[in-house]
Amino acid sequence: MALPSYDAINVGDEVIHLEVPPISRTTLALYGGASGDHNPMHIDIDYAKAAGQSDVFAHGMLVMAYLGRGVTSWVPQSALRRFFTQFKAITRVGEKITVTGKVAKKEEADGEKCVSLELAAKNDNGDTKATGEAVVALA
Amino acid sequence: MIDKKHIGRTTAPQTIDVEKGRLKFFAKAIGETDPVYTDEEAAKAAGYSALPAPPTFAFCLEMETNSLWDNIAAMGVPVGKILHGSQTFKYLAPILAGDKITFVTKVSDIYDKKGGKMEFIIEDSTATNQNGTPVAELQRVIVVIN
Repeated sequence: MALPSYDAINVGDEVIHLEVPPISRTTLALYGGASGDHNPMHIDIDYAKAAGQSDVFAHGMLVMAYLGRGVTSWVPQSALRRFFTQFKAITRVGEKITVTGKVAKKEEADGEKCVSLELAAKNDNGDTKATGEAVVALA
Repeated sequence: MIDKKHIGRTTAPQTIDVEKGRLKFFAKAIGETDPVYTDEEAAKAAGYSALPAPPTFAFCLEMETNSLWDNIAAMGVPVGKILHGSQTFKYLAPILAGDKITFVTKVSDIYDKKGGKMEFIIEDSTATNQNGTPVAELQRVIVVIN
């Protein structure tokens, strides 16, 4: 994967758009196992109901992983310097997440030409589940 | 309210193996289809000596150290009251299949908002590979809902 040209990128450009299939119970079971986060709140509906929830819901870090997929769909991971995510709302079974990223800033840092991306993960209603920032070095 | 004496609490170093099969399973679980993350030949063509860990996987390795659960238990915070507020990674070098990553986690700050209804625990971790090379710095913010 080639790096995008730093000079050709402008602040405001939407460079990432990734649609993820709806989150299923299988998604959550697989993520629970693979991530090592075995919290039953995400995989056991009986536990979730006993804890006052209507159903199991997604791990925040699964949504951050989707944001990360968005970033590495645009640049190779070797360009990634910093990655931040703030969790805003619970993502429930059946919700379909779309990841977007737009250029918020261009700047030189530690001798590298870096682009700061403003990231968001939203459902089909436009509700924000997580926001974040990724700094990538393009030259 | 959490006793501020826990600020500065630092875990003993713990070393976690980066397993190849686990990386492939993680890639599947997050729907990652880029062969760099699942096919060693593709990883080598991209310049890696082994399968690389995706951007958020360092968090999973860190969770294997149990530092989060140890810290909140020491602070007397019930598991059911915590939320993951935010997460930051700073990347210094790739984490690769076969690596042994050593984590040290420090409680950097504890503060509250809304008159104590919400408390925040800031934990900073360093991740270093088997060659002594720092590979990542992580920060998690845990929110306690009182």
